[in-house]
Amino acid sequence: MIKTKTVLVTLALVFGLAAPAMAADTHSTPHIEKQQWSFAGIFGTYDRNQLQRGFQVYREVCASCHGARLIAFRNLSEEDGPGFSEEQVKALAAEYEVADPTVEGGTRAAVPADRWPSPFPTEQDARDANGGSLPPDFSVLAKARGIVDPFPNWIFNYFTGYSEGGVDYIRALLLGYHEEAPAGFDLPEGKYYNDYFPGHAIGMAPPLFDEQVVYEVAEGQAEVPLTAEQYATDVAAFMMWMAEPGLPGRKETGFRVLLFLFLFAGLLWATKRRIWAGIEH
Amino acid sequence: MSEHSYVPGTAAEKWLDDRLPVARFAKEHLMDFPTPKNLNYWWTFGAILVMCLAVQIVTGIILAMHYTPNVAMAFDSVEHIRRDVNGGRIIQATHAVGASMFFLALYVHIFRNLFFGSYKAPREILYIIGVIIFILTMATAFMGYVLPWGQMSFWGATVITNIFSAIPVVGESVLQLLRGGFAVGNPTLNRFFSLHYLLPFVIAALVALHIWALHVPGNNNPIGVDVKSTRDTVPFHPYYTMKDLFAMVLFMIPFAWFIFFAPDILGHPDNYIQANSQVTPAHIVPEWYLLPFYTILRAIDFNVLFINSQLGGVIAMALSMIALLVVPWLDTAKVRSGLFRPVFKWFYLLFLINFIGLTYLGAQPAEGIYVVLAKVCTAYYFIHFFVVLPVLSRIEKPLPLPTSISENVLGKAHA
Repeated sequence: MIKTKTVLVTLALVFGLAAPAMAADTHSTPHIEKQQWSFAGIFGTYDRNQLQRGFQVYREVCASCHGARLIAFRNLSEEDGPGFSEEQVKALAAEYEVADPTVEGGTRAAVPADRWPSPFPTEQDARDANGGSLPPDFSVLAKARGIVDPFPNWIFNYFTGYSEGGVDYIRALLLGYHEEAPAGFDLPEGKYYNDYFPGHAIGMAPPLFDEQVVYEVAEGQAEVPLTAEQYATDVAAFMMWMAEPGLPGRKETGFRVLLFLFLFAGLLWATKRRIWAGIEH
Repeated sequence: MSEHSYVPGTAAEKWLDDRLPVARFAKEHLMDFPTPKNLNYWWTFGAILVMCLAVQIVTGIILAMHYTPNVAMAFDSVEHIRRDVNGGRIIQATHAVGASMFFLALYVHIFRNLFFGSYKAPREILYIIGVIIFILTMATAFMGYVLPWGQMSFWGATVITNIFSAIPVVGESVLQLLRGGFAVGNPTLNRFFSLHYLLPFVIAALVALHIWALHVPGNNNPIGVDVKSTRDTVPFHPYYTMKDLFAMVLFMIPFAWFIFFAPDILGHPDNYIQANSQVTPAHIVPEWYLLPFYTILRAIDFNVLFINSQLGGVIAMALSMIALLVVPWLDTAKVRSGLFRPVFKWFYLLFLINFIGLTYLGAQPAEGIYVVLAKVCTAYYFIHFFVVLPVLSRIEKPLPLPTSISENVLGKAHA
């Protein structure tokens, strides 16, 4: 009896609290569609081809403004990542110059152990080149963003382990531009209207267009559409990898740990029952 | 007890026993200790909390080996732990998730205590030590959250240390002492790191006192009737060692779920942005386990006579913790267990829901309906302690109590 009442009271209270939250949430930010990501869920793992495509988009489009200071070239050939070979990474690194005060001239060609060079020498340079806005570093950006689910939905996230809010947001943001701001919106000079950016006035011009990046299609592989949507998805996935390169290994270990814990708990339960069998309690 | 008492088996054990009777102590307190046989699973959270503290200390010590407490390097050093230290991602996630799991267990432990009247005589000291542990744990967790030096770290530190400036006369000095300067900066990070390393050991010492104080009167139990004879108890080992171990492993399942599959879900995305004193986050939200008290702090947004709203908030928050400390003298009902208190039961439920409400409201912006709700919930928090409990103690007619634990157990078995 108490149980039913408890549940009812809790539900009543919970919805009482939630109603105003939902009512207040009617500003002009459209709902962000959650995508199917290969790295979501218990068995999530990165799609190597997607990471390679995402890296290509990053390198050809984003990297001119956005750094990735925590990423070393060597990471690109590490396990669970985009899976470039060590030779490829070596050749890639050699295309970049990094600052090194110990060599003559102060710069040298990068080696795989070097971090990704920043596109601007200082923060002020970055702002000056971008109309006062600072392009954020990509290293952990995929985890520094998120989407806010309305009230009852976020509770389920704890049970599904939903951790892809950052990439869902980034993908939506990259595609969320409007040619013109809606009537009545006062868009400052040099800003662009974006559905998902907080405040809607974003300093970044629409970065992705159809057929902007040409993906190489290896033999026997399906052709990937050259659309802004595809680029946004791929680069978001690549950003998730940058933010959490050890994700597949973590999930793999986690599965084993959980399996062990369930079995161990079962055995302990049986032992406990056996021990207590003679005691009335 | 007497039939179980320790007899040294060998000459070496006898030699040790005459000098430092550790084996005797262990036998009497970890094995033979008579424990009521009717404890339910809510009572396993004490052991779970010991495990949580141990996990935090062990993972914390390892993290401190790789962490750099400097405003320019702290953020990247945490990322370095995640990326480059062997096993670092798991150790760091265990520590971060561990804080939340610690508080989850703490709240269950506290609410178990409040329902079954475990704070009543003769366990007041035991209980008060527990509340002090709770408050110290909140302080420790808050300082720990500052260490990664993300946006929430920085702004949380700014908002929370600012609370102390409300104290009359000495407020400004206390604020500067806490921050090590006029604003949150490198000295703040350094002293928080130092204290974050120190306090867990203070907590561990208090836990030892807590357990000592438990072993004087022994455990309370779900029916709240004192142990009358050895028929009411079982030795701690193997009965409760086994039950606690099972519960601990069970608790590790959701713990592991978060560590391995959603290590960041209990934190705030903004903390992956490096601290920036020039940019204030849209909403500054403390960690979930501090939210109930944060709501109480914010609920006082009006001046009372000569007390301004800021000081009023601080007083309310301090009072909310003092209320916990003095519960044994607010609730003077002779019957301990809520099971035998027909009216208390409902007010307890209301208090629990109210507390969850306070938690929820702490995460909401202070605007519109939330402001009103926060005031209502805060008011009920205090009404429960200072009106409901004392009044109920006087007017409530409890249900008849079983004469002993074993009678109750047998009655249940035959019913």
